[in-house]
Amino acid sequence: MYCNQRPEKPGNKKEFLKKITNMARANSLWVTAYGTGCGAIELRPLYTSRFDMERFGIAMRPTPRQADVLIISGYLATKTLKRVIRVYEQIQDPKYIIALGSCTINGGMYFDSYNTLNVLDKYLPVDVYVMGCMPRPEAVIDGFSLLMQKIKDGRAQGWKHYKENLDYYRENQKKIITDWDLPDYNW
Amino acid sequence: MLTNFTSIALTIVGALAWGLLLGGISRSVTARVHGRIGPRVTQNFIDIWKLFRKTSSIHHGGMFWMAPMFRITGAICVLLMVPLVIGQNITCNMSFAGDVFLLIYIMFFGCLGMALGAGNSGHPYAVIAVSRGLAQMSAYELSFSIAVVAIAVGLHTFRVEGIVAAQQAGITSWNIFRFPFASAGMLIAFLPMQMAYPFGIVLAPQEIPIGPPTEYSSRMLSFMFSGRALFGVAKLLLFVGLLFGGASSWLSLLVKTFLLYMYPVVVSSVFPRFRTEQSIRFLWFVPTTLALVDLVRVML
Repeated sequence: MYCNQRPEKPGNKKEFLKKITNMARANSLWVTAYGTGCGAIELRPLYTSRFDMERFGIAMRPTPRQADVLIISGYLATKTLKRVIRVYEQIQDPKYIIALGSCTINGGMYFDSYNTLNVLDKYLPVDVYVMGCMPRPEAVIDGFSLLMQKIKDGRAQGWKHYKENLDYYRENQKKIITDWDLPDYNW
Repeated sequence: MLTNFTSIALTIVGALAWGLLLGGISRSVTARVHGRIGPRVTQNFIDIWKLFRKTSSIHHGGMFWMAPMFRITGAICVLLMVPLVIGQNITCNMSFAGDVFLLIYIMFFGCLGMALGAGNSGHPYAVIAVSRGLAQMSAYELSFSIAVVAIAVGLHTFRVEGIVAAQQAGITSWNIFRFPFASAGMLIAFLPMQMAYPFGIVLAPQEIPIGPPTEYSSRMLSFMFSGRALFGVAKLLLFVGLLFGGASSWLSLLVKTFLLYMYPVVVSSVFPRFRTEQSIRFLWFVPTTLALVDLVRVML
């Protein structure tokens, strides 16, 4: 079930207890359990006793409805983009994207591939990049720390940017997804 | 003597805070069993505030919105009828003659509301979880009800306060010693009530990820978590009152509810999960038979 209505532009509304809320948001990051590429294999050790991401308040959620963070884990194939858009737009605001690996920055080793996106930021608003091929779990935790700091400072505004510039993102997305059959916004 | 409104508010806020704190402690304990550090004990407060401040644009019909309210209402009703600390006037207690029967019914009111809400969301995982949950509920409800009736008949009172008052002659007068079989049946039924393993077939993260609340987000999920915390404390208070002699002071209340809460947490940490039919077969047979033994003994 989804509706066709485009989202309202968020603007700069005054928020009740903004600082406390941002602290809570930073210390309770729920991640959509969705792996787009090979980087997903580096996320598994984060659940284990060696790295234990739950000590930072980070948890996995099996549904985008309850998540805050979407991790683009490595290369993003043109086929996967449609699914990623659906997942990202179903996450409720505020929401954040962490992009793992060189592939999301410039295509990495797939820079000349016919079916891999080169610059992720053209299609979805990335809040934090974690470079490497592949980034080790320590680097992923470092990326999370960076995101937490950005949220505390009120600088993780990718979701606002996405809604305000939806036409720009849609135009780029439609260049890749030639059989576009999605609604105007996937609630 | 506080006004009714203040005492009700105090009861609800206190129970919510204690329920969320117990949830945080249980997450830490589970993490230690796994060999991890685990989240901070206040993590549940942080999660709830974050969820409350998220936007929500998902609509699946009226019942979808009502379900968390049903859960919270059921929890509050149980909470207000169970005595907290004997002889104090700070918190609310609306106990009346025959409230045991109402409690048996109203404890499952929230679950039924959740079933309707999850069904309204239309998500297949939610529907599977609801059918599992209702099947399991009918199994443990039977043993729980028989055990409560056995205790009530044995003590000649159908009022929770009366049951608590009958246990004030020392530890040996606690119902867990006077009605050992019924108590064993109730304590086994307590595990599926708390969705603990081996009876955790409703949320079952590996099969039907998180089950009934799959489509819930933001504020609705925040209410749902709050309802779960409240309901958890209400159940603890009821069990402490029915089996462990109630509480004569705030400290004994906290200690008893804490220890009782840890029982499903520890069991849950070390057991794998039953399949649905195994869980239901076990609950129909073992705790029900135990409860029946005491009921027959009392009737004879």
